[in-house]
Amino acid sequence: MGAGLAMTGMIGAGAGLGILFGNYLQAAMRNPSAAAGERPMLLLGFAVTEALGIFSLVVALIILFVKV
Amino acid sequence: MAAIEPMNQFLIHKLVALPAVDVPVLGHVDLSITNSVAFMMISAAIIAVFFLSAARGAVVPGRMQALAETLYDLVDKGLTGPMIGDRGRPFVPFIFTLFALIAVMNIIGLAPGSFTVTSQLAVTATLALMTFLIVIVVGFARNGLGFFKLFAPSGVGIGMLLILVPIEVISFFMRPVTLAMRLFGNMVGGHVVMYMFATFIISLGAFAMHGGLASLGFLASGLSLVMVIALMILELIVAGLQAFVFASLTCTYLSDVVNLDHGH
Repeated sequence: MGAGLAMTGMIGAGAGLGILFGNYLQAAMRNPSAAAGERPMLLLGFAVTEALGIFSLVVALIILFVKV
Repeated sequence: MAAIEPMNQFLIHKLVALPAVDVPVLGHVDLSITNSVAFMMISAAIIAVFFLSAARGAVVPGRMQALAETLYDLVDKGLTGPMIGDRGRPFVPFIFTLFALIAVMNIIGLAPGSFTVTSQLAVTATLALMTFLIVIVVGFARNGLGFFKLFAPSGVGIGMLLILVPIEVISFFMRPVTLAMRLFGNMVGGHVVMYMFATFIISLGAFAMHGGLASLGFLASGLSLVMVIALMILELIVAGLQAFVFASLTCTYLSDVVNLDHGH
């Protein structure tokens, strides 16, 4: 139960990634020539956002598997 | 039917038992060759053989050399160039090694029956700590005590600094943690999800054998198979992407300390 609840942190990561890629796509449509140059920043933002979701996964794994 | 144990694929067992040795600082160290060590050696061997055979330096590159050059340019021209600048050139070999090793370890981990080395927190934490220590050493070597300017953004009032400096210090020390956790979490998460869908294929198929309404299970079983294939493709992308992300974050952290004095 606790592990399942811990995974609710993924909601935020999912929403964040949606906003991230949506805004990138919007910007890329407006100025396609600048899109390639901003791709490293996109991946960086993706990584940082993803990390917060992964934290909740790690917490869930700890709850499931670490015996105190 | 075997029990469903999604975490068993990450268990480490010894392949070749070697005696433990006593190292002065670390204490008792077991040098046995485990499946993790074996697959790490295989990854390193693949990289070494590939680049030794590909790096012939021909003017007109063959297929292998073209692939090797593309990968190298991805790091050299795609990461260190734009992110660190000319001062980043000395770090290209380090970042490229990280990228190649993590990418190959991730990708051979996807082969059925193999072991994903990067699913061990010890491995990813070692890589992250190494990066972290290099950032600190380079920071002090390049800037001396000016390294501490990293924690105090310029143009901020003294009152704000009192709040900002602790936040900056904490976020600096969280870097290796996030770096290690991201790779570990992505690999473990991906493999567990793939394992679960793979078990659905068998268990739903077995359930469908009861006949009647339960034969709808064949449909769900087939859907799970499609899902596993889709996840495999996703994981292949993630394997390369995570290696790239690890390398690009290393670049960002190095850029922070290398270009500290002239606000890049």
